[in-house]
Amino acid sequence: MSTGLNDNELISRVLSGDQQAYAGLVSRYQSYVFTLALRMVKSREDAEEVAQDSFIKAYKYLGDFKGASKFSTWLYTIVNNTAISFLRKKKVEIHSLDNEKVFEVADSKESGMGANMIEQKSKMLMVNEAIAMLNPDDAQIITLFYKAEQSLEETAQILGIEINAAKVRLYRARTRLKEKMETYFAEEVKDLN
Amino acid sequence: MQTQQNIEDRLWSFIDGTAEASEKSVIEKLLETDAAWKTKYRELLEVNEMLRSSELEEPSLRFTKNVMEEIARLHIAPATKTYINKKIIWGIGFFFIAMLVGFLIYGFGQMAFAPTGEESEISKTVSKVDFSKFFNNSWVNGLMLVNVILGLFLLDNYLGNKRKQYRKEA
Repeated sequence: MSTGLNDNELISRVLSGDQQAYAGLVSRYQSYVFTLALRMVKSREDAEEVAQDSFIKAYKYLGDFKGASKFSTWLYTIVNNTAISFLRKKKVEIHSLDNEKVFEVADSKESGMGANMIEQKSKMLMVNEAIAMLNPDDAQIITLFYKAEQSLEETAQILGIEINAAKVRLYRARTRLKEKMETYFAEEVKDLN
Repeated sequence: MQTQQNIEDRLWSFIDGTAEASEKSVIEKLLETDAAWKTKYRELLEVNEMLRSSELEEPSLRFTKNVMEEIARLHIAPATKTYINKKIIWGIGFFFIAMLVGFLIYGFGQMAFAPTGEESEISKTVSKVDFSKFFNNSWVNGLMLVNVILGLFLLDNYLGNKRKQYRKEA
């Protein structure tokens, strides 16, 4: 089994013809790639399609990966581009923060769960739900920085922006997330304090 | 007076570890002495920890299998560098340079250069040309304006690249 190998070793094996070694890379990064895709396209079915396409593209162009950056950084750049193309193709409306639909989503979530369930909801799920309410750009940068273990420089590289722009975008995304949590999960936030 | 946004901005840089050493020590002192900074720091630190502790989403159980089934039919594309033939690129470049040089040689070959000390036919002709009428046309002026703007864009791009290089080296 190839799971004990590091990324570069697995890549070398794949490039030398061992196709099965790629399964090691897929299982290692599938949760990260899927989460990142989900933050952008918002539906699980679409996210699975984007994640799958990203892994297929990464495989096809693996010969172009020269190891100048981490494999994960290269892979997330592919995920980012694939998700953007997917959204363009489907013409999915990108929700803005002030979009009424975001509030409708939040309302339906709250009314559907009931007070007791909300109380039992774990801190982690609450954060995930709050992130899901953000617009794709904000959710994406938060996921890259906090969950995909990318530095600010790598995050900027994936998004194709300057480091300072990434810093500002991350700062704004966190501020909006905080606002969302205070608006929709005020009780839970209070309990945690 | 520090604005709330400014405080948050500086504290996030401190938490993310992107603040410079001097700024770091200033913030550390502020956190020891200023209660407002301390409260805000705790608040932001909590958001930071919550974000770090959030869970990853899992795709379907068949995900890896699906990907492997798809790639079984594929072949890895050769690296871009291997199929872009540099000789072709150089050949195209050489062709255009040869064309330019050829035109210049032909152009100079057509000129009748006068002996030294005397004014040539060309300079006599050039001095007779009334350039003012060429620049009195709104199309020409418009075109020149577009060229100036393009030039400024190029200059901005060039300086931007220089700045990036400088930052990388620093």
